[in-house]
Amino acid sequence: MKILVCISKAPDTTSKILFTDGDTQFDENGVQYIVNPYDEWYALVRALELKEQNGGEVTTITVGTPADDSIIRKALAIGADKAVRVNMEAKDAYSTAYQIADYAKSNGFDIVLTGKETINYNGSQMGGMIAEIMDLPYISIATKMEMNGNTATIHREIVGGDEVVEVNTPFVISAAKGMAEQRIPNMRGIMAARTKPLTVVEPVSCEELTSFVSYSLPDTKSECKYIDADNMDELVSLLHNEAKVI
Amino acid sequence: MSVIVYIDTLNGTVAKSGLEAVYYGSKIGDTTVVTNGSVSDDELAKVGNYGASKILINRNLTENNPAQLSKLIQSAVDKTGADTVVVAYDLIGKAVASRVSAGMKAGLAAGAIDLPVADGTIKVNVFSGKAFGNVKVNTPKKVIGLTVNSLSPEEIGGTVTIEDFNVDCGTSAITIKSVEKQEGDILLTEAELVVSAGRGLKGPENWGMVEELAQTLGAATACSRPVADIGWRPHHEHVGQTGYVVRPNLYIAAGISGAIQHLAGVNGSKTIVVINTDPEAPFFKAADYGIIGDAFEVLPKLNEAIKKFKANN
Repeated sequence: MKILVCISKAPDTTSKILFTDGDTQFDENGVQYIVNPYDEWYALVRALELKEQNGGEVTTITVGTPADDSIIRKALAIGADKAVRVNMEAKDAYSTAYQIADYAKSNGFDIVLTGKETINYNGSQMGGMIAEIMDLPYISIATKMEMNGNTATIHREIVGGDEVVEVNTPFVISAAKGMAEQRIPNMRGIMAARTKPLTVVEPVSCEELTSFVSYSLPDTKSECKYIDADNMDELVSLLHNEAKVI
Repeated sequence: MSVIVYIDTLNGTVAKSGLEAVYYGSKIGDTTVVTNGSVSDDELAKVGNYGASKILINRNLTENNPAQLSKLIQSAVDKTGADTVVVAYDLIGKAVASRVSAGMKAGLAAGAIDLPVADGTIKVNVFSGKAFGNVKVNTPKKVIGLTVNSLSPEEIGGTVTIEDFNVDCGTSAITIKSVEKQEGDILLTEAELVVSAGRGLKGPENWGMVEELAQTLGAATACSRPVADIGWRPHHEHVGQTGYVVRPNLYIAAGISGAIQHLAGVNGSKTIVVINTDPEAPFFKAADYGIIGDAFEVLPKLNEAIKKFKANN
């Protein structure tokens, strides 16, 4: 079984979020980039588990610049067999999905796995776009996936519950919490990652459908108003008269 | 401007998030709703009250398959010549909107929280609620994924015509084997009021007071990540960066310290009340109202105070 796992970088979850150049760019000063947690903990680790059970090969793909090679090596250290980097800065979801779909189409994969979203752009667009471009079924926000031959049994979240579905390969799937448990790379993995193949391919031509023109931060919260623990009537009155939420 | 709004009516009702999307669409232009399944005309008529002039319904399509829904929406766009597609950006909407965007090569503003402004940009949530981005769609047609609970739909009092739209949407490659609906009437992601609790409650046996307060308020219940991870509460209650992102009018947090990852899931709440024994808990910095005290004492007292308020109002 050939599995392609989409890997994106994301700022560490404790990063201070600030903007620069007149609020048009994310301020990377002092920011540590990590593998997007949904891509790493759930998509990549589940792909590795499936390979361990059924054999096959796990390839990661990243649309990014040479600066992304360190997070790609991390994915290799966790256990991916090889990595591909499409040499362009990922800006717009569609043009990024297009590069991944183009590579996946010409190299043939049984499963394309993504995280359910990145923690910086939260767009949740990648899986659906790749699937549409490749004309494949897409199972979004999956919490469990078992393979039986070419048939996958997948649990996915739906509004107000869970659904169990079956689908045959090839398909695209986005992974959420529950799919797998985080793996910490060991020293052997880190050493091995240095010599695993990381292939750089040039992007194919594709238009950008969207662009971020500026960013802003939420208004700073006004001071917290403290209420005595014995005076819940006052809190209720504030919630009713001041906040007007009850 | 002409708008197509897709709403999910598969369970026989128009959800609040659907009415939000209809109302949002009607603020942009003449709005046609597209949906599928066997929902009644009476229920569908609701959307007229929120600004839609027409409904196209595919009654042959009885499952929510994103590939088929994407075809349905694109057929509706072809029929009406719409330049904007609006979809509530919930679990199904995310899969549908991203497919539609790629299928039509129309830019997707994912996670919109406001109407497009004069220069055409749309404000969206980024950095897990810690910032906003202004997205420009570079294509003539656009798709907008509207964040749930980001506006309050108002009744306009209009009427709507309903037209069968049984276009061919292809076959589904996905077979649904079973569906399990979670218990409780109020969906966490749609709830206007949420009562949430964390490790400070010491054990799952103490959640009775959280549930009682939620019941009195008519609120949904939620929890922090550690509580879901150790199995005190189900995962579908987990609010935070890696769980659900909620935007209620009122979020009451008891015994949750307020780690940055939890705050990312609740930042969009209108009013936050924090109950914690530790005056240094970081959550107080994000709170509108704070109570320094033991949740075991405060929650029952708050429950009584709200009961009293409800009896008098």
